[in-house]
Amino acid sequence: MAGVIKRRARRQRAFRWTIVTLLGTFFLLPLLAMLEFTTRGPNGTITLDTWKLLVDWGQLGETYPDLLTGVTNSFGLVLLTVALTLLLLVPTVVWVRLRLPRLRRLVEFLCLLPLTIPAIVLVVGLAPVYAWVTYFLGGSALTLTFAYTILVLPYAYRSIDAGLSAIDVRTLAEASRSLGASWATVIWRVVLPNIRSAVLSAAFLTVALVLGEFTIASLLNRSNLQVAINLLGKSSATMSVAVSLTALVLAFVLLMLLSLVGGGRRRTSPKETR
Amino acid sequence: MTVVTPHPDPVAPAPGVRPAPADRRRSGLPGRDLLGVVPFFAFVVVFLAIPTLVVVIGAFTGDDGGFTLDNLSAVGTSYILEAFGRSILLSAVTAAIGAVLGALLAYALVTAKPDGVLRRVVTSAAGVLAQFGGVTLAFAFMATIGLSGFATLFLRDHLGIDIFSHGVWLFELPGLLLVYTYFQVPLMVIVFLPALDGIRPQWREAAESLGGSTWQYWRLVAMPLLAPPFLGATLLLFANAFSAYATAAALVSQGSPIIPLQIRGALTSEVILGQQNLGKAMALGMIVVVALVMWLYAVLQRRSSRWLG
Repeated sequence: MAGVIKRRARRQRAFRWTIVTLLGTFFLLPLLAMLEFTTRGPNGTITLDTWKLLVDWGQLGETYPDLLTGVTNSFGLVLLTVALTLLLLVPTVVWVRLRLPRLRRLVEFLCLLPLTIPAIVLVVGLAPVYAWVTYFLGGSALTLTFAYTILVLPYAYRSIDAGLSAIDVRTLAEASRSLGASWATVIWRVVLPNIRSAVLSAAFLTVALVLGEFTIASLLNRSNLQVAINLLGKSSATMSVAVSLTALVLAFVLLMLLSLVGGGRRRTSPKETR
Repeated sequence: MTVVTPHPDPVAPAPGVRPAPADRRRSGLPGRDLLGVVPFFAFVVVFLAIPTLVVVIGAFTGDDGGFTLDNLSAVGTSYILEAFGRSILLSAVTAAIGAVLGALLAYALVTAKPDGVLRRVVTSAAGVLAQFGGVTLAFAFMATIGLSGFATLFLRDHLGIDIFSHGVWLFELPGLLLVYTYFQVPLMVIVFLPALDGIRPQWREAAESLGGSTWQYWRLVAMPLLAPPFLGATLLLFANAFSAYATAAALVSQGSPIIPLQIRGALTSEVILGQQNLGKAMALGMIVVVALVMWLYAVLQRRSSRWLG
């Protein structure tokens, strides 16, 4: 038996490295090509001009003002969307669990609904709504945060709901209420610290989604990072590829951090149920 | 679990004090509690329900504001139907390729250490490429096999192969197939890993102790168990490709081979007013397709959750 297991482990290792190498090549090639493309100088030389310009913010803003606007907008949107999503979702989901369990299915349905409505479809319906938003709040790109909050609802809901399932919210809430805490205190100081990793992962997903969003911003004529990259592609291909690569690498670092921080999610073997 | 004790309960209500009902939820929905969910519902109504209704109602509204089926019959015209067909073909092909390759990669990861570096790196990279791609992936491929891309020049200068001898296919449907596959595989890895994690080594040992071969184990145990989650994940990939817009928009600037680009055309064209509602009719068609696929996906999810614990 031991021999069989050892042989299988060896076979699996061979299979694993073959697959990872083959697919890894397919996936890394475009990224390496991007690097080569951005460092291509005249007559086969290597130049770092593009990257030097990219890290020099002042100069970059002067050369490509649209790009700077897009980046600033995207960072503003990230902050606003994370804040709005958590503010809207955490208290609601906790409240529904504690006091209105009958509404749980409805809230879940509403939160998962955006998965069945493609962004391109949503934008068709959002156009008239945004006419009103512009009327009340002005046409700033930051108003996109409302649409983005809808887009991240499914992902944020899932991770927050999973976090709440892992703790005994009811007992915690009743205990704190009986000690005289207000509902705000319960959510802020009792429930929230207990679902910290779930909230964090919801926030990370929001960040990734907002930084990568193009459809809605582009069709509502507002600028963000991706719209700026796309626009840049028409004037300076090298720079747009460099910004694309930077964005991908940054997102990867972000998710790596998440997988290290989110190590709090216990990966035990699945429960023996039924 | 209550333990009956002979002692008087120290927190029992004093005689004459009506105990608060333990479960007020049973007595209908108290109005005050409902106030807590008003902000959420108001937000969802304004930014999700109304846009959806705008699309649905607009699909049946004519230029004069009255009810009409013209938009829907216009969707039946040849060029829109062809775009739908191409969209469905593109989504189906990339979903199938992505599902097979992604499943292989996911299996390779499952056999690795669960907290190892390989698994962490690959899942993070998969997360980025699956969710984040969009415009950046279009540029990645332009840098790779664009007209002056790295691979294009390499093949031309070193091997004498001109990959664009039959036209620049990167900016047409074949190019979309390639780039879509590039983000479908990572998505498959993400959605299929949990199902593979649910397969327990004990089952294989049990099969072996009963004298089953490896092939028999896969054919009779693992495959039937993995079929529903595999099909479900494939459906999810289909919906993902069908709804994708950014990559195509950045790659294809001339013509509208697929339906999301047709909708872009309807939204941005200032030709005739009726175009707006035609766009809504196309959008409704997209909702119908995606909703159908997601419903099937939910059915399959229920099937596989029986043993995924």
